[in-house]
Amino acid sequence: MADQSTSKQTPPAAKRSDNARVMFFTLAMTTVVALVLGLLFFGLKPIHERNQAVANKRAILSAVSSYLPTPISELDDEQVLDFFDANVEQYIVKSDGMPLDEAAAAGRLAEEVSLSEERKKPEDQRVYPFFVVDAGSEKFYICSIYGAGLWDAIWGNVALKSDLATIAGVTFDHAGETPGLGAEIKDNPKFSEQFADKRIFDYNGTYTSVLVRKGGAKDPVYEVDGISGATVTANGVSEMLNRGLAFYTPYLKRLQEENGVVPNGPVGLLIQ
Amino acid sequence: MVEGANAHSDVSVKPKAEPLFGKKERQLIYDPLLDNNPITIQVLGICSALAVTSLVWPSIVISIAVVFVCGASSLVTSLLRDRIPKSIRLIVQLVIIATLVTIVSLTLKAVAFTAYQQLSVYIGLIITNCIVMGRLEAFAMANKPWRSLLDGIGNGLGYGAILIMVGVVRELFGKGSLFAGSPFGGLMLIGPSEDYIINTTATAGFGSMFSWYSNNNLMVLPAAAMFIIGIMIWIQRSYNPKLVDIS
Repeated sequence: MADQSTSKQTPPAAKRSDNARVMFFTLAMTTVVALVLGLLFFGLKPIHERNQAVANKRAILSAVSSYLPTPISELDDEQVLDFFDANVEQYIVKSDGMPLDEAAAAGRLAEEVSLSEERKKPEDQRVYPFFVVDAGSEKFYICSIYGAGLWDAIWGNVALKSDLATIAGVTFDHAGETPGLGAEIKDNPKFSEQFADKRIFDYNGTYTSVLVRKGGAKDPVYEVDGISGATVTANGVSEMLNRGLAFYTPYLKRLQEENGVVPNGPVGLLIQ
Repeated sequence: MVEGANAHSDVSVKPKAEPLFGKKERQLIYDPLLDNNPITIQVLGICSALAVTSLVWPSIVISIAVVFVCGASSLVTSLLRDRIPKSIRLIVQLVIIATLVTIVSLTLKAVAFTAYQQLSVYIGLIITNCIVMGRLEAFAMANKPWRSLLDGIGNGLGYGAILIMVGVVRELFGKGSLFAGSPFGGLMLIGPSEDYIINTTATAGFGSMFSWYSNNNLMVLPAAAMFIIGIMIWIQRSYNPKLVDIS
C-alpha cells in the first residue's frame, strides 16, 4: 500500500511519536550505560586502589633497589607490600622542618600525600612525605619531589644515605615526556645511576642540590650529565631537585644533628 | 484465478540458515587482513598507529583492545540496529563505543596496572579511532549480528597486524630490542651496553664487529611510523593487482 513514510512531510502526530521514541530510547540507553559503568567502577575500586598503592611503593623503593636483598623488579605485589610494611617507616614533614605531631599525623600515611595536591596549597601549609627504609645493613632516607618537564609534570624519589647528604639513588617518572628524549629520565637507567654518590649538601653543610648540566657535568660531586635533545626536561629535573629538596632541608638538618652527623671533612661522614 | 494464491502459500518456508563459518563469513575475517585492510587500504585509524607503535608490547595490548571494542560494538549495534532512531544513530554508536572502551580501561587498570599506566591515554583514543565508528556505520547498521561481529573482529585483526608490524620495525631499529616492557621481559638484541646480546660498545668478541652500529633515533619518533605505513601501503598496492589504482 502507499508508503506514507516516504512522503515529504511527516504528519504532526507521527513527528510527536518520533520525538517520543527518540526521548525514550535516549533515556533507556543512558540508564543502562550509567548502571553498567557505575557498578563496574565501584566494584573494581578496591583493586584499583591496591594496584596504585603497590605502584607507588615500587616507585619509592626503586630509588634504593640496588641496596635491597632482592631487586624490586623481581618482587611480586604481595612481597612489595610485605617488605614495605616491615621495613619502611613513614613520616609526614612540614615546611618548618618538624614532623606532624601525633594528632595531626594520626591516620595519615606519607604514601598518601599527593604532591600535586600539596602544590596547590600555600607554602607554609604544605606537607611532604618522608620514608626511612631499613635495608638490612643500613638505613636510607627517601624524599619525594615534584616538578615540571617539557610537556607535563615530572616527579621522583631521592634516596639519601645515612649522612643525609649523599645520594644513594634516584628514580624519576613523568606524565607525558617524549620517548627517547625527555622520557629517558625514566627509561634510561644510565641517567638515574649518575646520581649515586652525588652530594646535596657540601662539606660545610650548605645546601647545593645536584645540577643536571647540558653538555656534561663539570663538577664530579654536585653535577650530572644532561640528556642530549632533552634540555628542557633536564632543566626541569634540576629545578625539581633544587626546589623540592630545599623543602626538606630544615628536617634533614635536624635529623643530621640528631644522628650526630658532622658534615665537614674530606671524607664527609662521621657518626659520633 | 487469484494471483498469488498458491497451495503452498501458507506453508512457511524457513530461510536457509546461514552457516556459522561459511565462505562469506570467513571472508569477513580474511578481507580486512589483506585486501581491505583498514589502515593500508581504507586508510582509517592512522593516529593511534603513530603513537603506540614505538614498542611492540603496547602495540599488542592496544590491538587486543581494538579487536574487542570493534567486535563487541559491532555486535551490540547490529542487535539494536532496528531500534536505534535514525536521527540520533551516530550519537548512539558513539555511546556504545565509549562505554566499551571505558570497560576495557577499567578492566586493564585492575588486571595489568603497569600496562595501564603506560597506555591509559591511548586506550581512551580508541573511542576516536575511525575504524570502529566506520565499521559500525558501514556494516553493523545494515547486517545481522553474527556477521557484524565477524566483521568487527576481522577489521580489528587487520588493524592489529599492521600495528604489530610497524611496532616490530620501530622497536628493532630504534631501540635494538623486542618486547621490552612486557611482563615476560624484553629481548635485548643490539645496543650500546652490556644488557644487550650484541653489545656494540664491546672491544672484543662478536660484539666488537658491530661497533659501527648505533640505534636509529628517528624510529623512536612518531614520524617514522608514518614513513613505514606509507611504504607498506606502497608495497601492498603495487604487488596486489586488485588494489592498483583504487582510490
